[in-house]
Amino acid sequence: MFGIVIAVIARDLRLALRRQADIVSALFFFVIVVSLFPLGIGPEPDLLRKLAPGVLWVAALLATMLSLPRLFADDHRDGTLEQLALAPHPLGLVVLGKVVAHWLVSGLPLALLAPVLGLQFDLSADALVVLTGSILLGTPALSGIGGIGAALTLGLRGGGVLLSLLVLPLYIPVLIFGAGAVDATVTGLGGQAHLSLLAALTCAALGFAPWAAAAALKIALE
Amino acid sequence: MNDRFNLYRFAAPAVFYPLAGRLVPWFAGLAAIFGLAGLALGMLVAPTDFQQGEGYRIIFIHVPASWMSMFIYLVMAFWAAIGLAFNTRLSGMMAQALAPTGALMAFLSLWTGALWGKPMWGAWWVWDARLTSELILLFLYIGYLALTAAIDDPRRADKAGGLLLLVGVVNVPIIYFSVKWWNTLHQGASVSLTRSPSMASVMLWGMLLMALCFWMYTIAVALLRVRTILLERERHTDWVKAELTGETR
Amino acid sequence: MIHWQSFADFLAMGGYAGYVWGSFGATALIMIVEPILVARNRRNTISFLKRQLRAEARAESGAISGNTTV
Repeated sequence: MFGIVIAVIARDLRLALRRQADIVSALFFFVIVVSLFPLGIGPEPDLLRKLAPGVLWVAALLATMLSLPRLFADDHRDGTLEQLALAPHPLGLVVLGKVVAHWLVSGLPLALLAPVLGLQFDLSADALVVLTGSILLGTPALSGIGGIGAALTLGLRGGGVLLSLLVLPLYIPVLIFGAGAVDATVTGLGGQAHLSLLAALTCAALGFAPWAAAAALKIALE
Repeated sequence: MNDRFNLYRFAAPAVFYPLAGRLVPWFAGLAAIFGLAGLALGMLVAPTDFQQGEGYRIIFIHVPASWMSMFIYLVMAFWAAIGLAFNTRLSGMMAQALAPTGALMAFLSLWTGALWGKPMWGAWWVWDARLTSELILLFLYIGYLALTAAIDDPRRADKAGGLLLLVGVVNVPIIYFSVKWWNTLHQGASVSLTRSPSMASVMLWGMLLMALCFWMYTIAVALLRVRTILLERERHTDWVKAELTGETR
Repeated sequence: MIHWQSFADFLAMGGYAGYVWGSFGATALIMIVEPILVARNRRNTISFLKRQLRAEARAESGAISGNTTV
């Protein structure tokens, strides 16, 4: 049953690697947005350390959203999506594969880049580890929830802005627990509880969101 | 069996349209009666609150508006579920007819909350869990309105909007509890906003009457709006043509 | 029975006039304007649909008469 998931992941990764420029620009967007904040706020290390979790997480949220409109659009344009919808295996599994592939090219690089940016904000080693962990744990939920928004706005005019209107409110719990984990580490409370809740959110999102997105795709394809 | 038959009969647009038209004045009248009674109790009879002075009287619209904003979202999600499960046309239209009023109620709740917060807490806006959740609820309404407005095909708009509502209604408790947790971690106990004022029964009655008024008002406006949507959607059917030519006479 | 000493007393709301009347005013405004907008939208829709219906009827009768004359 999970053969189809693996196949979709492999295919989407191959396609994404052909367009490395997109991945790199999303990463640079993340870097630039995060670097703008100290310029706007001022260089005091105490202030930056306090703001770092929120700033890094909000920037990560926006960076993962950049590539969402393309999640289904290309397959929709060349008719692949309709083929997949008509195929005998459940569409939800196909969507799960696409979501995982999206995470591999958007969420995972962000998590690897985040500690470097965290250094700009004078975060401690502990906080950097938790920051990386929280982004690793949280971004799959972002890709999953974003998949619903991408499916709902498939083929609509102004899809990108509309997508952010739909998806950003639903991202709030991930933002709260993700940034909260880093914040709790910085203040010495320990981010364990936050990380557990973040993992729960991700499990729930990966379990349910692909099926909701599949239903939305069927509505869009009708 | 008989009941079932009736429900299906009323779900037919040609039957529902005149029924809704007959119901609108009744609900509008009820809203006016409840509103006048609630205002009389709340604004004229109810005593001064010993802690908040006369400023507490904002509660008579703040609480009903907040209740309605949440209730309308639930009702919309209910219609969305019916529409997606049974493929009924009317339910999607009901959800669309309710949405603008729901968004206005959420806005009113925030507006009156700010005007209440300024004298009581000293700030127009406090990142209190309930205020923040209400703001996010307003965002969810705006997302729904934007999505349904962006889709030209009304059937797809109904279904996509319905799916968004269901996703939203699953997320609302998660958002609420995460915001609440975030709030208690960050705010400490310095500002305690969950303390409800000790309510005299006159105050409680005033508030309940006002809530009934808001409820009836919502039904009246939603029925009025759904009638217009019905005419637009069913413009090529015989009953709409008969309705339109009949009204010229 | 009535809580207030005078009408001015009622308007002053114990010093909270701006906040209380600001809230009630906004609510009243919305509850008056929203039904008016809905009713106006309804009138516009009806007149638009009627125009469309008449245009369709004209086009149909025109087509029929055109057929008979040719």
